[in-house]
Amino acid sequence: MLCENCGKNEAAIHLTQIQNNEMTTRHLCEPCAETMGLSSGAPANAPLADFIAQMGKAIASETVAAAGTCPSCGLNLADFKKTGRLGCARCYSTFDTSLRGLLRKLHGGTQHTGKVYLPPHPTETDRTARVVSLRRSLARAVESEDFERAAGLRDQIRRLEAGQEV
Amino acid sequence: MGSGFLGAMPDAGLAWLRADGPHSDIVLSTRIRLARNLQNFRFGTRADGDDRREVLRMTLETAGVAESLRDGRQLVVSELQTAERQLLLERHLVSRELVGSNGHATPSHTALLMAPGEALSVMVNEEDHLRLQNIVGGFRLRDAWRDVERLDDELGQRLPYAFHTEFGYLTSCPTNVGTGLRASVLMHLPGLVLTQEIGKVLQGISQVGLTFRGLYGEGSEVVGNFFQISNQTTLGKTEEDLIDHLQRVVHQVVQYETQARGVLLRDAPVVIEDKVWRAYGLLRHARSTSFEEVMNLLSGVRLGVGLKLIPDLSVYTLNRIMIFTQSAHLEQVAGNPLQDGDADVQRAAYVRAVLSSERPGDGGPTGAAHA
Ligand SMILES: [Zn+2]
Ligand SMILES: [Zn+2]
Repeated sequence: MLCENCGKNEAAIHLTQIQNNEMTTRHLCEPCAETMGLSSGAPANAPLADFIAQMGKAIASETVAAAGTCPSCGLNLADFKKTGRLGCARCYSTFDTSLRGLLRKLHGGTQHTGKVYLPPHPTETDRTARVVSLRRSLARAVESEDFERAAGLRDQIRRLEAGQEV
Repeated sequence: MGSGFLGAMPDAGLAWLRADGPHSDIVLSTRIRLARNLQNFRFGTRADGDDRREVLRMTLETAGVAESLRDGRQLVVSELQTAERQLLLERHLVSRELVGSNGHATPSHTALLMAPGEALSVMVNEEDHLRLQNIVGGFRLRDAWRDVERLDDELGQRLPYAFHTEFGYLTSCPTNVGTGLRASVLMHLPGLVLTQEIGKVLQGISQVGLTFRGLYGEGSEVVGNFFQISNQTTLGKTEEDLIDHLQRVVHQVVQYETQARGVLLRDAPVVIEDKVWRAYGLLRHARSTSFEEVMNLLSGVRLGVGLKLIPDLSVYTLNRIMIFTQSAHLEQVAGNPLQDGDADVQRAAYVRAVLSSERPGDGGPTGAAHA
């Protein structure tokens, strides 16, 4: 079946929509679906275990020499390939190079943009990073007219900037 | 058996059954969980007894002072009876990993900390050191997030979390790293199944970065037309982005389902009415039923209640049947282990009793509750 939008590529995405009590199905190719915002480019429900095993294979052949064994928990790449689980926080730096590729495949990137952790005894840098993430949440709360949340976030920002306990 | 924690609290963790949230005829429950690990301890699969003991000790100590958990309940799961652990599992309060699945040894030093109100809880020493979760009734992603976020702040300012400036919150499995957030919505979609549109809808869901599965955890069969829809990625987007995206898609699926039900009622009213009442009749009168059969019949009845074809029956009652007809719950009522055949008879009797006690006008949380 050809894509109903461009009529050139094979339709890979079939989306059902119901409008005015009529169900219609749209058949689109991936580029067209993406242009229309109907596809995020994320892996389509691939069984993650298989995926990790596959990545593990690729990783193993690429970087066996580079990354050996995690000095902190003793995990090596073969273990990781088998279980798909990391052993400790240190693993993330031990296997940094290999993990980046995997994270990109799994999540589309490697940079966390969500909540920033404020540890029990924060440094100035910790506070600043946290304030940046709180401001982002604040802008969003204001935009969605969630004023209760916005007020709470403003309080937190104020306390952090004043160097107070949070 | 069964007197333990449930004797004191028969509805522990079941606040969501009340079905008082928005769209609760289609969305049963909303759940948000956050995966967190402590610095300087090996993660779940590599942690030894000492790691696990210390993680549990630190978490219990913190739970005693964290505002959200202070007056709640602390269950050391690894010290509970098998039957009690099974009850927690059937209530979706703990995972299979936490209670130890068939044949595998029960993991040591595991715990479940429940906040007062029982919607908010923390699993300790699962695959990740901490799994914070909130289960609320109906379609309420933002509410669920607000409370779990507050709990996360309370715990995080006392327990040193493993956090990486680039990768975010570090987790045992790289599929959870970053926000550590999994938001899921449990939907009942008989209209889309009956109109045979469900495949396309689910395909659409997986193409927008979301994932779905059946009611009973990973890799399970879908029973009773229940689908759990959740975010697939956890890194690179903010928690609010992930939640809002799921919110929009689920909202659309709710509309699809509503419209599919409308189409069914318009094009095949007799067929639908017959199907719904047959399901009700079987549940009301059968003498022996498997759990799968109950789930499938409940789906028909739930559709009938949603379409107002069956009056005077509450969603609460249907939710309750769904939880209390599982094996460990039946055994708890019976007071002894049940063989398969006995369980089926017990199950049918329980359902009959609950349905016969639901009289016009007395539905709701206190009405038909205890059979
Ligand atoms: Zn096209
Ligand atoms: Zn390690």
